[in-house]
Amino acid sequence: MVPLNWYLILAAALFCIGLFGVLARRNAVAILMGIELMMNAVIINLVAFWRYLQPTQITGQVFAVIVFAVAAAEVSVGLALIISIYRRRNSVVAEEMNLMKW
Amino acid sequence: MQIQTLVWLIPFPPLLAFFLIWLFANRSKALSHTLAIVLMAVSWLISLYVFLSAFATEHFGKDVFASSVPWLPTGGSTLNMGVLVDPLTAAMLFFVPLTCLLIFIYSVGYHNFGQRLDAHDVQGAGSPAHNGVEPMYSRFFAFLSLFAFGMLLLVVADNLLMLFVGWEVMGLCSYLLIGFWHGRNYDDPKKITPRQAAVKAFMTTRVGDVLMMLGIVYLYFQTGTLSFREILYNEEVLHHLATTPSYVVGLSVAGLVGLLLFAGAVGKSAQFPLHVWLPDAMEGPTPVSAMIHAATMVSAGVYAMARMFPLLSAGWHEGGPLTPPMMAMGIIGSFTALFASTIAVSQRDVKKVLAYSTISQLGYMIAALGIGAYVAAAFHLITHAFFKALLFLGSGSVIHGVEHGMHHSHEHIDPQDMFNMGGLRKKMPVTFWTFLIGGFALSGFPFITAGFWSKDEILADAFANGPLVFWVLALSALLTGFYTMRQISLTFLGEPRTESAEHASESPWTITTPLVILSFFAIVAGWVGIPAAFPGLGQFVSSIRLGVLPFNFFHEFVGGTLLEQPEALPFDPFPLAASIVVGLGGLTLGWLVYGWKPLKSGQADPLAKPLGPIYTLLENKYYFDELYDFLFVRSTRWFSEVVVYQVMDKLIIDGVLHTVARVAYAAGNFFKGAEKYTINDPPDYLAKFTQWIGGSFRVIQTGRVQNYLLIVMLVAIAFGGVYYLMLSGWVK
Repeated sequence: MVPLNWYLILAAALFCIGLFGVLARRNAVAILMGIELMMNAVIINLVAFWRYLQPTQITGQVFAVIVFAVAAAEVSVGLALIISIYRRRNSVVAEEMNLMKW
Repeated sequence: MQIQTLVWLIPFPPLLAFFLIWLFANRSKALSHTLAIVLMAVSWLISLYVFLSAFATEHFGKDVFASSVPWLPTGGSTLNMGVLVDPLTAAMLFFVPLTCLLIFIYSVGYHNFGQRLDAHDVQGAGSPAHNGVEPMYSRFFAFLSLFAFGMLLLVVADNLLMLFVGWEVMGLCSYLLIGFWHGRNYDDPKKITPRQAAVKAFMTTRVGDVLMMLGIVYLYFQTGTLSFREILYNEEVLHHLATTPSYVVGLSVAGLVGLLLFAGAVGKSAQFPLHVWLPDAMEGPTPVSAMIHAATMVSAGVYAMARMFPLLSAGWHEGGPLTPPMMAMGIIGSFTALFASTIAVSQRDVKKVLAYSTISQLGYMIAALGIGAYVAAAFHLITHAFFKALLFLGSGSVIHGVEHGMHHSHEHIDPQDMFNMGGLRKKMPVTFWTFLIGGFALSGFPFITAGFWSKDEILADAFANGPLVFWVLALSALLTGFYTMRQISLTFLGEPRTESAEHASESPWTITTPLVILSFFAIVAGWVGIPAAFPGLGQFVSSIRLGVLPFNFFHEFVGGTLLEQPEALPFDPFPLAASIVVGLGGLTLGWLVYGWKPLKSGQADPLAKPLGPIYTLLENKYYFDELYDFLFVRSTRWFSEVVVYQVMDKLIIDGVLHTVARVAYAAGNFFKGAEKYTINDPPDYLAKFTQWIGGSFRVIQTGRVQNYLLIVMLVAIAFGGVYYLMLSGWVK
């Protein structure tokens, strides 16, 4: 059987890719996508820990499902915001969203 | 209604009139004078009723109308406010409201009611050359009403404090009324203006008033009461006051209080040396002169003295040595009588002659009180009020007529100067005849006029009690006759000396009616005092009975005021002969000098040449105004300018204040510096430091989420690294 560490390394790699996307990309949609990746890395961790440490209980799966739901809600709100900004300013570049900056 | 309640009501209708005119009626001239006259008439009717009730009461002197209520509780005792009608008050109540009422009616005509308002007239200018209605007509009636209130309050008062209140109300009103034509100015700078005259009258009477108030306070301090009944009708109190020594060596309390009260009367009744205000008070409108100089204010002084007579004479008995206040009254009164009548001989102004004559007659009354002739003084007070009011109102009518003439002739002359008149007998017959009656009453024309009987009684008393006073008074009676005839001759006899006098016309009925009524009393008022001992006539009038009293009731009635009814004098032909001789003699002399050959226009006074410098001295009133100006006015000014202003104010008070200010300023500066370095600056620097830090850290607040996240990541990595090292045991 594949050891737990492998899953954890996969999740960490996925998290780092997402983090890089969030930090480095200028496009707000891409940043949102980075966040999705990070979220998925977390889900992998949750499921992996559940399977290897407490497979008798259902909590890990439930937690994963809740995170899915939260992620879906988050994406829908985030995309709606981005579309709204795009309609007003004709841009999705994160740095240009500076209306409330001092 | 009880009679006491009615007495309370006597003074108040004029006060009501004052407030009504002042607050509501002042825009309507007709309403104002109607209110004043109607309410005065109410007062008069009540007074008359009270007088008649008093008259019908047997032994009224023992059974007076009195009532009082507590007014001011002052610790141990209470000052009461009350009214008292005894025979003296009743006699006053007979003539005061009556003359006031007549003067009110007279004022309507005097101020040209019914004429149009003159377009050029300004308030307070008193326009003699125009015949428009007085612009401040309503105000005049308001003031007159207040004046009448003051006098009536004084008359019915049953204590010295209320009397003093009325006294001061009159002082104020006389100030307001003398200065009524406050806008008037004269070309001659030496001639006193109404403004100055008002101030002069007020200040001069104030001298007496302050002394009088001291007397009242001292009396209160000694007896604990100011009520007339408790002091004057109480032998024990009087005896106590007369025997207790006062602060002044040689004077009893009664003596000192009496002298102080007399000082008040000297001011109010214009006795020497405080007589100077009264002649200048002639600057007021003529009804005011009549009011002040006949019916009310000046007689208030004599009335107060008569009222306080038991105190003034405490310790004196008929024929005994006089008390110090009586001595002072005898000397000052008789001196004033002579002194003022000499001045009156040389005056040109028709009203000033009367003013000095008033001073002289008041001196008569004061002198009479001084020698103990209580009833004679009260009698002369009443007859004098009638004929002097008549003379003043008559002179006002003359002035009015001449002013009317000036309106025709367009001359610029002094309408009050007798040398500008002459021949008014034919132009103003009613005024002439009434003035003649008044003048004859003043000079004591024998047997008919009121003045003769009252003056004769004073002279008879003086002859019996103080021969020196008798001779002085007789001499001044001679002068009185002389200047009265001079005045009548210059004003009414001969031919008109100016065109204005030529065009003078009789005054309206509102003026002449009061004259006629007063001239009736100027004759009849004397008959009630014909001595019973007078041969023939005395027995006759005594046999006529009016109720409980004989027709010549005055002596018995007013004498009843005193604890001990004064004895009527036995008949003595010498003073009677003397008073006939001086009265007729003065009139004859006056006729010989002025009436025999009437003066022509521009002719000087025939007395000026033979008398020479004496005439100048008299004409200038013995230079008393100048003397007082030098002694009091200038020295006060010098004192205020040099001592008070330069030394006390600028040097001492200002110096101290400026030093204090400089010290305070320096101390303030010091504390200001200290405050800056200790309290003010540190927080300022703290604030600046905080601001600087904030400014420095501001740059990391980029507003970019990605930057923040980067920092978060780096910090997380750093913490993670540290954690890892700690777990590994490399870092303890």
